[in-house]
Parts: sequence; C-alpha cells; structure tokens
Amino acid sequence: MSNVITDELLSPISSKRVNKEKLFKLYGVVAIIFAISMLAFLLTTICYKGFSTFYETRIKLDVYFNEELIDPLGNRESKALNSADYSKVISHSLFTFLNIDKSHPKSKDISKLISYNSFLTARDHVLKNPDIIGKTKKLDFIASDDVDQMLKGNININVPEEDRKITDFQIEAIEKLKSNGNVLKVFNKTFFTKSDSREPEVSGILGAIVGSFYCLLVALFISVPLGVFSAIYLQEFAKKNKFTDFIEININNLAAVPSIVFGLLGLSVFINFFHLPRSSPIVGGLVLALMSLPTIVIVTRASLLAVPDTIRDGAMALGASKMQAIFNQVLPLATPGICTGVIISLARALGETAPLLMIGMIAFIPDTPTSILDPSTALPAQIFMWADHPERAFIERTSAAILILLSFLIVMNAAAIYIRYKFERKW
Amino acid sequence: MTDNQIVSISKFNKLKKSTSTKVKLVVQNVSVYYDDKKAVDSISMNINQNEVTSLIGPSGCGKSTFIRCLNRMNDVIENCIVEGKIFLDGQDVYDSKIDIVKLRSSIGMVFQKPNPFPKSIYDNIVYAPKLHGLVNSKDEENELVEKSLKEAGLFDEVKDRLQESGTSLSGGQQQRLCIARAIAVDPSVILMDEPCSSLDPVATAVIEELIDELKKKRTIIIVTHNMQQAARVSEKTAFFHLGKLIEFSDTEAIFTKPKQKQTLGYITGRYG
Repeated sequence: MSNVITDELLSPISSKRVNKEKLFKLYGVVAIIFAISMLAFLLTTICYKGFSTFYETRIKLDVYFNEELIDPLGNRESKALNSADYSKVISHSLFTFLNIDKSHPKSKDISKLISYNSFLTARDHVLKNPDIIGKTKKLDFIASDDVDQMLKGNININVPEEDRKITDFQIEAIEKLKSNGNVLKVFNKTFFTKSDSREPEVSGILGAIVGSFYCLLVALFISVPLGVFSAIYLQEFAKKNKFTDFIEININNLAAVPSIVFGLLGLSVFINFFHLPRSSPIVGGLVLALMSLPTIVIVTRASLLAVPDTIRDGAMALGASKMQAIFNQVLPLATPGICTGVIISLARALGETAPLLMIGMIAFIPDTPTSILDPSTALPAQIFMWADHPERAFIERTSAAILILLSFLIVMNAAAIYIRYKFERKW
Repeated sequence: MTDNQIVSISKFNKLKKSTSTKVKLVVQNVSVYYDDKKAVDSISMNINQNEVTSLIGPSGCGKSTFIRCLNRMNDVIENCIVEGKIFLDGQDVYDSKIDIVKLRSSIGMVFQKPNPFPKSIYDNIVYAPKLHGLVNSKDEENELVEKSLKEAGLFDEVKDRLQESGTSLSGGQQQRLCIARAIAVDPSVILMDEPCSSLDPVATAVIEELIDELKKKRTIIIVTHNMQQAARVSEKTAFFHLGKLIEFSDTEAIFTKPKQKQTLGYITGRYG
C-alpha cells in the first residue's frame, strides 16, 4: 500500500509541475539581477565620470600688479582701472615665474594655462584696493579646463602633440608649477556658485538649480490647488453622468499625453497669446503645472476614494454638511496620499526636458535668474545642453549635473515614501 | 427559535413594558426609489417616545433604507427619491424649510461598523457640539465630554486617555464612543443601524444594557438581524419584507402570536 502512495507522489506530472515552478522562479531572479546590474552600471558610470567635477585645479601665483600695464598715467581713474588688460598682468607674472621671455614664440600657450576669466579676479582686487598697484600679491586662479582635465588624467599625454589639446611646452610648464607646489586641488565651489558659461572651468549649475526651483514653485502653486480642488469636486460633489464620465476619461488620457505636447501648448498659449516672457520660469512652471495636473487629480481622487464612506456618514449623521464632512474629516485622512502623489508628480516635472524645449528654456543663459520672469534654464535642460559640447570638461560636468538632479529626485521620492509610511492608515 | 424561548421572552417583555405612549415620530406612506427600483413601499407607522422600536427582516428588505429616511441621510445618495411624509414631534422632516443640521442634532445615528474619526476620543465627541455651536469654552467642552462618555458608559474605561485616538479602542468601546458622540448634541431620537453586528456577545450585552439606559431619556429605533436582540431590547417590533412593512406591533405579540404567515415564517427561521 505504502509503495503505491510513494509512486503517486513521484509521478511525472507532479515533478513536471515542480520544475515549471522552479523555472519560473529562476526567470524572475535572472530578470531582477539583470535590472539591478544595469542600474548599477549606469550609476557607476555617471559617478565615475562626474565625481571629478567636485574638485578643481587652481594655480597659485605671485602676481605683480605692474603699474605700467594697469594705470600708465598713474591717476587711478576708475575707468582706466576697469578697462586695463589684467590678463596681461597675470600672464606676465606667470612668465616671470617660469623664466620665459614674453617675446617667446610659445608664450601664448602659457597664458592659456590659466582660465580666461581670471582677469576678473585680478581686476576685483585692484578695484577694491588700488594701493595694490606696484606691489606683489599671492593669488589663486582657476586653471583652464585643459590643464584641469590633464591633471585629472582625462587627457592622454602619450599621443603625438598635434592630437591632443595640450602642448609639450604647456606640460613642461605645468610640471614646473606642480613641483613648486603652485598647483592646488580644491573643492569646486565654482560649480555650485556660477551659472552657465562658454568656458567649462567657470561654468556652474546655480542658474539651472534656481531656474528649476522657480519652475517647481510656480507648478506647485498652480497645480496643487487646481488639481486637489477639482478632484474633490469630481469625486465628492459632481453628479455621475455621461459628462463627468467623459471628463474622467479625458483626465486619464491627459496623464498619458507626451510632455512635448504640453510644451507646444505653453508656446502657443502662454507665450504667443498671453505674451509672457520667453524662457522664463513662469512659463516653464505653468507648462509643468499643466503636465502634473492630471496625475494630481487622479492621485487625489484615489486617496479620497480610499477613505471609507463610514467616515462621511458618521460626520453627516452628526449634522455636518457634505462640505464640512469632507473638509473636516475626509480630507485630513486623504492628505498623506495626496502629498505623496504631489511630490512624485513634481519629481517627474523636475526631470522633464521636452516641454522646456518648446518654450525656450533650453538656451545659453549665463545669469542666475532673480525672479520667475527672468530668462532661465532648468537642470535637465542644462544637462541636455552640456551633453552637446565637445569639451572633455563639459562631459564631466554633464555627469555631475546628472548626479545633482538624481539626488534631488531621490530626496523627493524618499520624502514621498516617508510620508506614505508615516501616515499610512489601515481600515 | 423554540416555543420555550418565545414564551420566556414574552414574559421578560411584559415586565419592562413602557407606560408612556406619546407618539414621537409619525411615518405616513413613505416610499423610497433608487432610480426606478422601489426599495421601500409606502410604509406608515407611529413610533412612541421613550421606547425602543426594532426593525427586523431579511437582508435587502429596506430596513436600513427606511431608517436613513428618518434623519434624511438618503439626501446625499444620488438617484434616491423619498416620497411620503415623516413628522418629528409634529414637524414635517421633509419640509423644504427644515435645517438638516438641526434635524440631525435631534435625530442621532449609530452605524453598523463603528466609525470613530481617526482623531482623539475627546475630539470625536466635541466635533458635533462645536459644529452646532453648543460649546463656547474649554470648560464646557470638558464637561460635555465627561457627561456624554458617562451616559455611554465609557467614561471609566477611557478617562485617563481622552487624547488617544478613537480607533485605538476595542470594537465595543468604539461603538460606545460613537454613541457618546451622537448623544453629545442631545438628540431626542437615536437611530441604530445594526449596531452590534460586528461585535462579540460580551460587547453586544454591554450595548444592549446601554440601550435600556438610553431609552429613559430618548427614543430609539434599532435595525437588527438578531431576533433575540430585538426581543430583548425593544417594546415594539416591525417586520419588513421586500420593502413592505408586513407587521408592526408589540414585540411580545410579534414573537408569540404573529398575525402574518410571513412573520411567523421569519421568526421561526423558515426563511430569510
């Protein structure tokens, strides 16, 4: 008897079923491993490429503020001080240090070691304190992007001279500066305090971050009240008929409309019809608000639906009007869900590039916006533009900007998850 | 239900039979339609003051729909049309001039599933009085909370944790909190829609005792599926079937000598 049972347990049908299940589990595990390794690959590449942006090369130099070059007339007129050729002042100090004559045929290469924008630093020193003229002062200058990239090991110096951006003569000079301890590696403050620039070594993401912040602020103030209140009306007050069904279907469809279409809408309505300033965060924010509206409406309705009817009945049986019941009892319970939805849809809006393309926010804007009406760019737009530049230093900055954007997104999503777990309520 | 049980219940009911016979609610030809479907079919009945009236009947017979007409809770349900007249102390409840807020402060309601607001016990009770502007100071609030909880027989159990969430209480306590919440605005009528259906027998017994206590000051209408409960707590019983009021008389009469065949069939467990 027992033999028969054992035989049945070992029947080919049951072992086939067991194998099928094992195979299915295996597929699952393989798929997850594949997905995780892809993600890890992506993140490591971005980190590897972008991390070096967070420090920069500076060259320390004894600058001799030559009166002949700055103020040959000696009357210290601010106009003269403003327009003097400070690049020459710096170059000459560099030549002196390296023992090179200024008539040397390759002296121009040496001037290029230091960022072109460094003359501003020297000028500011003179304007602040004209007594410095005729004296020598130790100053830090941002090295040019080629020097920076070479020292970071991103330029291969073993290839023939004509195939690389840095000459043998420049390398020699850098080595000399380095051996004298005049080359510094410091935290890259420029990247966080400056806006876009043609010179990669002095370009930063402040303008893009401020632009994105203004866009999100506008989007938040427009989409949240509009979305939440229309959702409350549709879910709690509107009569269920063909017309509201039609609206509901359309809201669901709008959530799936490609974002570039919203950009086109923004261009034709906000810029061409209402004449709002092009490239401004107000238009960007309006477009992103329109884009997040359907999601916010859907999420809010779902959160309201999740609050059981017994709460509405309970409040109304106590004499609350429908509106009091909803605003006093139902809405507070739906708030965590609404917050989560709002944060996630705004995180999506933060990473959106396509609609910004249509309203001119993908543009070279070297100033940091000071209001929602100023021309501005946004983080993803900045990434898009830098990715287009051929310079090695911009490739590095592209990855660094992606890291910044990703960290903003991670923080926002983490906040959403935290709110969901903290205030989650089981019925 | 065996004959023995019925006899014992009838004896029990004789003892507690109320002496007052003032009519509190008059229901005249009330019909309720959902779209075209008739859920309640021209019901007329008088409900006496300071009595417990229980509504029994199989599921879907319109008991809950009917009870929700009395405090106009059906108003918020779309496509629900109520016909007929209901008078509370001679005042037409469906008069267009009636203030629903006032009406619901005179007719409180307790639901099948305990539904305290996920706020503190204290806030649960003061919500309605604040809404109706019945309390003006913190002292009045404290006094009202204590009075309501005492009347609902819950005060001793929760007096040290009034700031805890109402949902942290047990099922029976939650239901008593809902009763306390309803009586905080001092209603003269309390509607109870299967108040014990989600409670265990011990909690049910506590609620039933409470109902006995409450009817001294108020009129109670209770929907129940539990016939023993109807027999235990009520003076009058109405039997509903398919939206119609089949029989309505003294509880004792319904359970001992029902006039209708359908009633007899239901109370003896033959159908429903």
